[in-house]
Amino acid sequence: MKRISILVATMVVLTACGEKPQALGLPKSDAPAYAGTGSTFAAPGWKAGDKTAWEQHLKARQQSSQNDYSRMN
Amino acid sequence: MARMKFICDAERCIECNGCVTACKNEHEVPWGVNRRRVVTLNDGVPGEKSVSVACMHCSDAPCMAVCPVNCFYKTDEGVVLHDKDVCIGCGYCSYACPFGAPQFPSQGTFGVRGKMDKCTFCAGGPEENGSQAEFEKYGRNRLAEGKLPACAEMCSTKALLAGDGDVVADILRNRVVQRGKGAEVWGWGTAYGKQERKQEQHQERAREGTKS
Repeated sequence: MKRISILVATMVVLTACGEKPQALGLPKSDAPAYAGTGSTFAAPGWKAGDKTAWEQHLKARQQSSQNDYSRMN
Repeated sequence: MARMKFICDAERCIECNGCVTACKNEHEVPWGVNRRRVVTLNDGVPGEKSVSVACMHCSDAPCMAVCPVNCFYKTDEGVVLHDKDVCIGCGYCSYACPFGAPQFPSQGTFGVRGKMDKCTFCAGGPEENGSQAEFEKYGRNRLAEGKLPACAEMCSTKALLAGDGDVVADILRNRVVQRGKGAEVWGWGTAYGKQERKQEQHQERAREGTKS
């Protein structure tokens, strides 16, 4: 009995001396861009949360705003 | 969707610095920090070329590899972002980056070397999308508003292209075919990997596959 109580006491003492985790922590998870911001400044033509609609909207915006050959011809 | 990419068409860039101004204004970047800048090669010599440079959101980003606190992460769209709450401002990323993208404000938490700041592809950071905290730390999250980076959208000559890599490549390919020159894109191979290297890797994998 005495041996068991010494063992338990030792465990408690050693646990108290244990190291705290020192990991710096991984970066926080980031919400995907297609989830939207809920802001009124969002470009119209797609629905927040719809990944396919967001992708298609960005591709169309890219073609219309950056491809001057498709705009002129 | 393919990965988000930047390229600057040196045949078109006229060194107007519209991209730099758009970036600074959109994100309210502090004085002394330049997320984007225009570099002119052979300045004043006939045939000089200018390129707009910022973080290229590399496919195999060296900044991510050297960061001792692992503050970088990559979104599903291939945008390299970082967590300023984790960054210790050591500057290793600055030495590793071939484009000089990481910036260190002279005022802030760590005195002369503050937490790193860089181009976010207008995708904000790990804070809640569109929140005030995100804006203050990383700038506006235009991607989550269904918009493309302000620098490319403001570019007067459309020299700076940004967005889905496939569309970027299509636009440039069309231009090169039409004008018959200027296929070389500064920084493309460094940021996204050279085509030959990818082919070599593909062949190596195929060889390993036949051995096993």
